[in-house]
Amino acid sequence: MQFGVFSVSDITRDPVSGQTPSEAERIDAIVKIAQKTEEVGMDVFAIGEHHNPPFFSSAPTTLLSFIAATTQRLIVSTSTTLITTNDPVRIAEEYAMLQHLAKGRMDLMMGRGNTAPVYPWFGKEIRDSLPLALENYNLLHRLWREDVVDWEGKYRTPLQGFTSTPRPLDDVPPFVWHGSIRTPEIAEQAAYYGDGFFANNIFWPKEHYMRLIRFYRQRYAHYGHGTEQQAIVGLGGQAFIAKRSQDAINEFRPYFNEAPVYGHGPSMEDFMEATPLSVGSPQEVIDKTLTFREHFGDYQRQLFLMDHAGLPLKTVLNQLDLLGEEVVPVLRKEIAARQAPETPEPPTHAGLVKAKYGDAAPRQPRPNANRGDNVTGGSPYQDTAK
Amino acid sequence: MSTFKLVVVSAGTSTPSSTRLLADRVTQRLTALADRRGHEVTTTVVDLREIATEVTAALVSQLVGPKLRHAIEALAEADGIVASTPVYKAGASGLFTSFFQVLDNDLLIAKPVVLAATAGTARHALVVDEAMRSLFAYLRTTTVPTSLFASTEDWTDPALNKRVDRAALELLLLMESGFAHEVRETSWHSYQHEFGSAGGAEVSIDLDSDLMRLAAGGSAS
Repeated sequence: MQFGVFSVSDITRDPVSGQTPSEAERIDAIVKIAQKTEEVGMDVFAIGEHHNPPFFSSAPTTLLSFIAATTQRLIVSTSTTLITTNDPVRIAEEYAMLQHLAKGRMDLMMGRGNTAPVYPWFGKEIRDSLPLALENYNLLHRLWREDVVDWEGKYRTPLQGFTSTPRPLDDVPPFVWHGSIRTPEIAEQAAYYGDGFFANNIFWPKEHYMRLIRFYRQRYAHYGHGTEQQAIVGLGGQAFIAKRSQDAINEFRPYFNEAPVYGHGPSMEDFMEATPLSVGSPQEVIDKTLTFREHFGDYQRQLFLMDHAGLPLKTVLNQLDLLGEEVVPVLRKEIAARQAPETPEPPTHAGLVKAKYGDAAPRQPRPNANRGDNVTGGSPYQDTAK
Repeated sequence: MSTFKLVVVSAGTSTPSSTRLLADRVTQRLTALADRRGHEVTTTVVDLREIATEVTAALVSQLVGPKLRHAIEALAEADGIVASTPVYKAGASGLFTSFFQVLDNDLLIAKPVVLAATAGTARHALVVDEAMRSLFAYLRTTTVPTSLFASTEDWTDPALNKRVDRAALELLLLMESGFAHEVRETSWHSYQHEFGSAGGAEVSIDLDSDLMRLAAGGSAS
């Protein structure tokens, strides 16, 4: 089981101090948050992708490669990478590059994005959102697995003899999660390819996600990747922790009340009752998080939203101390004791290399010499037949 | 002999409320008529005043609170509905329209509904037909022909009782006919649904669609 933190990259006014951080401050802060995630013993840091204020994360691979360079164990990931408005060719290239630089300590999560104006900014239509996501991912999947791709689809210029470079590290594509909260087609695609499925689990009651995860598990088994129990599931969660429950509630309430998305809506108590939000003592957060596997089945990755709604950096770092030192170690122990024996390990690059090659050496593609026209032809690498 | 589940939705705010009173008259007449024809009616009242904060929370954050969830479950089960609102500023109460706006589009398909409104002046009389009917048409309910409207002076006019009788009979006949059940049973899938809509009841997934084929590595058509 992997534990970590995911961020939306919102730059939100702190409702207590009245201050709004600058973009520069918030970008510095997110690097510290990611580094802290590793320091307190957690495994994953994931960042969202947005192309408008008040968000800063328009270039996730740049941020994540910097974080990877300044950490040792942390897996960097996304929450999510827009598979709709990004060219799948650019995703293939950028994330393969990140994979090399991070020495495999990365994966990524596909998402459609819910900001309507983003589509026209990138020449797309939101009406096409779902087929765009599905077709783009079909292409991305091939770009990472075939040296040379001929491709024709509905939403992108055809490709003839295209090679996405660099080839994935050890010729093992990055692990992909598909994030969705309500779309069976996305769950189907995750299941078809044997990829992971992630439910952000934050804003809506659990019944909503239970249905989709159940469907994903059934289809994962249907496509022959393993049993339903062996499907790869990730969940989001949200917590605010203090030694004393009442302090957590008092300190978090002003942030809750003005939070983007659910602020000015339900009371914090109602929201806690209906959604996975935990505000309370470490034990209360542990107890609530332990219920997730009862609802969704044993899963591989738990990410917490810790830095949104204008919480200042100092508070967030303090929260990460509490999460990493008092909550996660207990969760690791308790979940290990309860987990069904055939529950798969969470995905890592090392695990994927092992699955592909066993004890043999991984493939290391070496290109043929440039023939002078920058078109490498049908077999661009030395180890494939001419 | 059948048992019909009736749900009364009232947006009245005072106690006693004339809006609720008008709905209750329909319920009483309906129950009496049904009894005469050998049926039983069980009534659930959704008093929107009591769930107002959950309705606004759902509007701004999509979070459905426990009381609103309960109301949705009752409507999902309903054989017939009486929807009653006060008129404010030439329209149905914002609480009333908000409630119906947060419901899933397919929750009430084909269900028979009596529409009722109350106001301080007869000048608002067309609100039921001009404003409320379109909302219930959008939700694809079967509204009964007789609209109920009561301004202050109507409460002393026996003609109101006549209209209540008419509306109650119309609702009963539609419930007896089994129209809504037949429509939902026979052509449910020809209406537009989302995964998890109809108050969470709609969970069937069509694997034989263009998008599902695209999801499984196929080509976009």
